[in-house]
Amino acid sequence: MKLTLHVWRQNGPDEEGRLETYDAPAVSPDQSFLEMLDDINEVLVTEGKDTIAFDHDCREGICGMCSQVIDGVPHGGMDRTTVCQLHMRVFNDGDEVFIEPWKAKAFPIVKDLVVDRGALDTIIQAGGYTSCHTGGVADGNALPIGNPTAEYAMDAAECIGCGACVASCPNSSAMLFTGAKVAQLAVLPQGEVEAKRRVNMMLEAGKELGLGNCTNHYECQASCPKGVDVKFIAKLNREYIKALL
Amino acid sequence: MILDGKCPSGPIETSWDRARFENKLVNPSNKRKYKILCVGTGLAGGAAAASLGELGYSVHAFCYQDSARRAHSIAAQGGINAAKNYPNDGDSIYRLFYDTVKGGDFRAREADVWRLAQVSNNIIDQCVAQGVPFARDYAGYLDNRSFGGAQVSRTFYARGQTGQQLLLGAYSALSRQIKAGTVKLFPRREMLDLVVVDGEAKGITVRNLCNGEIESHWGDAVIIASGGYVNVFYLSTNAMGCSVTAQWRAAKKGAYFANPCFTQIHPTCIPQHGEHQSKLTLMSESLRNDGRCWVPKKAENCEKPAGEIAEDDRDYYLERKYPSFGNLAPRDIASRAAKEQCDDERGVGPGKRGVYLDFEDSINRLGEGTIAGRYGNLFEMYEKITDENGYKQPMRIYPAPHYAMGGLWVDYNCMSNIPGLFVLGEANFSVHGANRLGASALMQGLADGYFVIPYTIAGYLAQTKPGAVTTDAPEFKESAESVKGEMDKLLSINGTKSPSALHRKLGSLMWENVGMARSEESLKDALAKIPAIRDEFWSDLKVVGSGEVFNNQLEQAWRLADFLEFAEVLCHDALNREESCGGHFRTEHQTDDGEAMRDDENFCYAAAWEFKGAGNTPELHKEPLKFENVKLAVRSYK
Ligand SMILES: Cc1cc2nc3c(=O)[nH]c(=O)nc-3n(C[C@H](O)[C@H](O)[C@H](O)COP(=O)(O)OP(=O)(O)OC[C@H]3O[C@@H](n4cnc5c(N)ncnc54)[C@H](O)[C@@H]3O)c2cc1C
Ligand code: FES
Repeated sequence: MKLTLHVWRQNGPDEEGRLETYDAPAVSPDQSFLEMLDDINEVLVTEGKDTIAFDHDCREGICGMCSQVIDGVPHGGMDRTTVCQLHMRVFNDGDEVFIEPWKAKAFPIVKDLVVDRGALDTIIQAGGYTSCHTGGVADGNALPIGNPTAEYAMDAAECIGCGACVASCPNSSAMLFTGAKVAQLAVLPQGEVEAKRRVNMMLEAGKELGLGNCTNHYECQASCPKGVDVKFIAKLNREYIKALL
Repeated sequence: MILDGKCPSGPIETSWDRARFENKLVNPSNKRKYKILCVGTGLAGGAAAASLGELGYSVHAFCYQDSARRAHSIAAQGGINAAKNYPNDGDSIYRLFYDTVKGGDFRAREADVWRLAQVSNNIIDQCVAQGVPFARDYAGYLDNRSFGGAQVSRTFYARGQTGQQLLLGAYSALSRQIKAGTVKLFPRREMLDLVVVDGEAKGITVRNLCNGEIESHWGDAVIIASGGYVNVFYLSTNAMGCSVTAQWRAAKKGAYFANPCFTQIHPTCIPQHGEHQSKLTLMSESLRNDGRCWVPKKAENCEKPAGEIAEDDRDYYLERKYPSFGNLAPRDIASRAAKEQCDDERGVGPGKRGVYLDFEDSINRLGEGTIAGRYGNLFEMYEKITDENGYKQPMRIYPAPHYAMGGLWVDYNCMSNIPGLFVLGEANFSVHGANRLGASALMQGLADGYFVIPYTIAGYLAQTKPGAVTTDAPEFKESAESVKGEMDKLLSINGTKSPSALHRKLGSLMWENVGMARSEESLKDALAKIPAIRDEFWSDLKVVGSGEVFNNQLEQAWRLADFLEFAEVLCHDALNREESCGGHFRTEHQTDDGEAMRDDENFCYAAAWEFKGAGNTPELHKEPLKFENVKLAVRSYK
């Protein structure tokens, strides 16, 4: 099939960006979206032109590296699918496709579709852990954790840290990202001890980074490639109130 | 030269305890004066950096991704082994040790494997304390499953995302230390040189991948935990950025590369779909617990839909050949068996390079719900990629390059032959011998990072003066200049071939000639052709863009330059090892029914290669392996 792509090109953080148009004349339905871009880049190389820069690594939907807004939707709007797992069979011959980077003040553009998501690491550094030292911990079975609790923690821990939630939110809020980590650790006995401190520190860090508040648009859940549930934002709010009391 | 692995002597059961006691300690108040550089933030590097930071050392950690959380450890699906024996099914430290030595086809060091088995239990405790949400039963206790041919259930798992959860655990510990100020993280940096001063590792040269700057970093010791090198085959289950570069740059500065020919081909991957494919996707081998491998008995049936092939016309080849292990036969054996069926023209799917993995019987026995509960995410992934429903028709799978057992040579302390250079995780060669068992790489990465290096690095540091060598040493400037020179060279060739076109070319040569089966002829052919690809690279490569900004093309080209030198050493190793063992199968050395023939008389050693320049034969150094606790025996899974 044949597609026309409109791709965001920007040479550096302080440069002007613009959409440029490329033809994709021979796209196979079995290709992934990134393999389709690889082909475009191969052609650009033979023409001696600068290739389209994009982030990617595992290409299995787990590292959270790939980050593209496709036709206005982070990761392209296929349910629970990252860009690298999006396959071309969902497109139709003749489609025009718009490809842009994550857009959020907290994520400056490095080049083209590549952004700096260091803000998410800063949030985790603020308190997204249990303060246990290597060695000197109890046996793994010392504290039984009911299966439903373990499953709940795992649901929250599915987050791949890609930042689609921030990119899709009209307020550029990282509440889903933050809530998932806060919830995972708050329900486990190992994390409960520091729950109050953690929620305060992580929310504070988000605020300092210029990330917005949640006003219940739920775009984050819709764009999350792992289907992380907005119930974790509710849990975040409950943990925050608990910490105030 | 005969290499000394510095293994503790005496009874193996107490070897690690004695070694820990005998190791020197660094005075607590001095620790912060020592700076340690850690290249890699995967399970091995992340755990090491966090643990060393906790001890008070000043750690600088580097990774090429934008965040420490994205190292390729994240992609591990199946699980992590430990000798907890929670299920009471006969496991023990000794059994895990025994299985690993035997599974590695007797090409690993016994003492290193013992230590790994011993600390395996601490790893699980540590991860639980970090909040890793391992699977639990209804009573709230940790669940285990049997994995990759083990006859006990010793594998801990977190859905199909064990690597992700363990890495996020290590990443959280690392983040805590970054906050505490003991660790400083340098993401989007590529290590491009090891700086050696007076024969000891004292720093690295890296490129900042965002702005192209070449930076010098000094350290009192350098850790490399950069993962594996199977992207030398181009198509593999590794991430696109995985490379041999960090290891190779150390090798070019004199570090020996051990057993590079021990590469693991994983039996259960999604077959290749076309010419432009960029990578292969692994389907966790836990699927073999409930899936049965088969191909049609007759070649003429291969085009038919699976459902139309009668039961009697199906060849469940693993069950036929290995009745006691069946579909759970170890990876090297299962991969070769799949290849044999396809070479026999009985493969299925596009190009007939595929075999079926069939869940019908399990679904009939347990119900689709149970199977979905166990592997739902894998079936989903399979469908996304192939557009086929694995519940309704058998999956198609084919082997793909997956893991590197070989790596930089290290002694028992995880130190290479260059003093001050430590190598952890998949990047070293130490514990898996010629074949790694499932769920043992995660265990090794975390063992090295959390529980080995914090002890062994002290032995080296205690006898060095902190901060004695800094970036003022002339070696740093020389290194930075040579890296810059290389970059300019890569950008100025201005030929016609893209880095990925040339990588594809190297990869297909390596896969055909040095993949699942190797012969003197195929290896000599590869050795004749690699230099030609290398020449093509240096004369006809085209790297667009500049060195001063983010440039995927330049990164890829640079990594390929190293693969093109390393591939040759891999071939020399495979040619030298005139035996078949583990993942290394030499067609000249097999029994009448096609099983591997090991040669303990002549090859019971680790082969450590010293690089002598591209195109030259590397020099072989041998470390003889002794087996005092597990008797050398033919590894049979019949
Ligand atoms: C798809 C898949 C599934 C797997 N499943 C399992 C499983 O179920 N159980 C199991 O035990 N094992 C499994 N493995 C194997 C296991 O995941 C790996 O062997 C292990 O995670 C490697 O960890 P590591 O820390 O050594 O390296 P990695 O996690 O690969 O980390 C390498 C680090 O080094 C950095 N780096 C590399 N080169 C450079 C450079 N030049 N400069 C700067 N930084 C650099 C990277 O940025 C990264 O931080 C699987 C592997 C794959 C590919
Ligand atoms: S490249 Fe890893 S999630 Fe897409």
